[in-house]
Amino acid sequence: MSERMKVSSNPHIRSRVTTNGIMLAVVAALMPATGFGIYNFGMRALTVVLVTIASTVLTEFLFGLYRKRTTVSDLSAVVTGLLLALNLPVTIPLWMAALGGVFAILAVKMLFGGLGQNFMNPALAARCFLLISFPTAMTAFECDAYTGATPLAALKAGEQVNVMNMITGHTAGTIGETSVIALVAGACFLLMTGVIDLRIPGSYIVTFVLFTGIFGGRGFDPAYLSAQLAGGGLMLGAFFMATDYVTRPITIRGQYVFGIFLGIMTGIFRIFGPGAEGVSYAILLGNLLVPLIERVTKPAAFGCQRGGKRA
Amino acid sequence: MNKAGERLYNGLVKENPTFVLMLGMCPTLAVTTSAMNGLGMGLTTMVVLALSNLFISLLRKVIPNRVRIPAFIVVIASFVTVVQLLLEAYLPALNKSLGVYIPLIVVNCIILGRAESYAYSNPPVPSLFDGIGMGLGFSLALTCIGAFRELLGAGKLFGAAVMPEGFEPIRIFGQAPGAFFVLAMLVAVQNAVKNRRKREGKPYEKIDSGCNEDCMNCSDQGCTRRFYDMGGEKQPAEGLRKPSDAAMELIDLDKEEK
Repeated sequence: MSERMKVSSNPHIRSRVTTNGIMLAVVAALMPATGFGIYNFGMRALTVVLVTIASTVLTEFLFGLYRKRTTVSDLSAVVTGLLLALNLPVTIPLWMAALGGVFAILAVKMLFGGLGQNFMNPALAARCFLLISFPTAMTAFECDAYTGATPLAALKAGEQVNVMNMITGHTAGTIGETSVIALVAGACFLLMTGVIDLRIPGSYIVTFVLFTGIFGGRGFDPAYLSAQLAGGGLMLGAFFMATDYVTRPITIRGQYVFGIFLGIMTGIFRIFGPGAEGVSYAILLGNLLVPLIERVTKPAAFGCQRGGKRA
Repeated sequence: MNKAGERLYNGLVKENPTFVLMLGMCPTLAVTTSAMNGLGMGLTTMVVLALSNLFISLLRKVIPNRVRIPAFIVVIASFVTVVQLLLEAYLPALNKSLGVYIPLIVVNCIILGRAESYAYSNPPVPSLFDGIGMGLGFSLALTCIGAFRELLGAGKLFGAAVMPEGFEPIRIFGQAPGAFFVLAMLVAVQNAVKNRRKREGKPYEKIDSGCNEDCMNCSDQGCTRRFYDMGGEKQPAEGLRKPSDAAMELIDLDKEEK
């Protein structure tokens, strides 16, 4: 009898999902985009990726030493470093890439309490930090094959763009954002393994298409809309950054609200803003609104009315 | 303790308006794009602060309690006008770079705060030195922030290029976010030093903020925290007091019932 009565404290139901496993899945899902970036932009892309990852991991390790609690093994620093590298142009000086990694981990993540406490996506915050600090180096999208403006900038200037090239990724841009095929392949892997779901990316992309169709000035022209969809960091942002567990809303309705907000903001930045791109600022703004979104979309507990009052 | 020296020390270190009291954040964040701007803003504020403290202290028995805030504002605004006219005449470049932040000194909360918490209830000479101390503390803080921002954001210091040739300025430090970064880092460094001294059992209160604890047995006068503390020997001027203990208890009870 006594052997069969096991007393333990909750939680009694445990999931097999670990932080480690999720991070590993994200890294795996980013591999096609990284591989294509290296193929497209040459070995220097690999150097940028390695330097950025080394700087994020090293920063996390050193901060762990200082706090006497190591968190390097949860791989989140690797994901941050990889995402940041995919958001950088291939020509960026290596010390800037490393500085971005330090900023992402130290200022955005660790100072706020580590993984789970960061109020913004560290990789995106670091990208914006670098974008504001070094505007020239961060927008110098020049490499051997494709020199000049990104497709989005060309589109904004009213020029014709080759949508097929944008989908395969043979265009100028940051290391990881160019190839839609590679990004969607990785996203499909994440969707199939259940790491992410379609709520945020789906509502984000649908809202963005509607917004661009209505306000873009070219109606629902398929060529224009597909160029907007395939261009810039939209795919990378929608599937890999907006779905970050820490900085997205927990509530299901909140995730739809979040996605719709991102779609509208990205549309506003791209159409009415001075620059051609707006995904990163839209996601950062959305991250800041997450606590508010969660507060208004909190589901009512059983037997209670919305707002926590008892029925 | 020497009153004047004690006031200066209090303003510069112990109750540094920027790093400890966190007052006057608007000019702190806005004008510190370079060390020179920070120093100019700090010294301008110091002049206004010292003079307004002195005159408010002289007038403290004349100013009726109920209209003291408008009276303070009139005194402060007069000095700001004088200082601005002088700056326009003799330092037009500085006046131009500080721009609207000079007239805004009128509503700088350090000045109003010192008038309210020190000058209105203390004699003129300590009040004057309180103003000078606070102003020096403000100048020191603004110059520090400005120096860091100028160094990182433009590679210069007081307008002279000091960084090596290949240095690429980190422009974000010249913009608003950079002001927050630098301020946060300097406050963090200062708190780290204080905490270390506290752990080691050294007399950390020598470099501490508004002394944090034991206001009851403190011989210090005119400390900001103490002013709002009910238990101190020195009661604030009539009408400034917080609700009495009995009233406070009533409020608490009400809250608990809810």
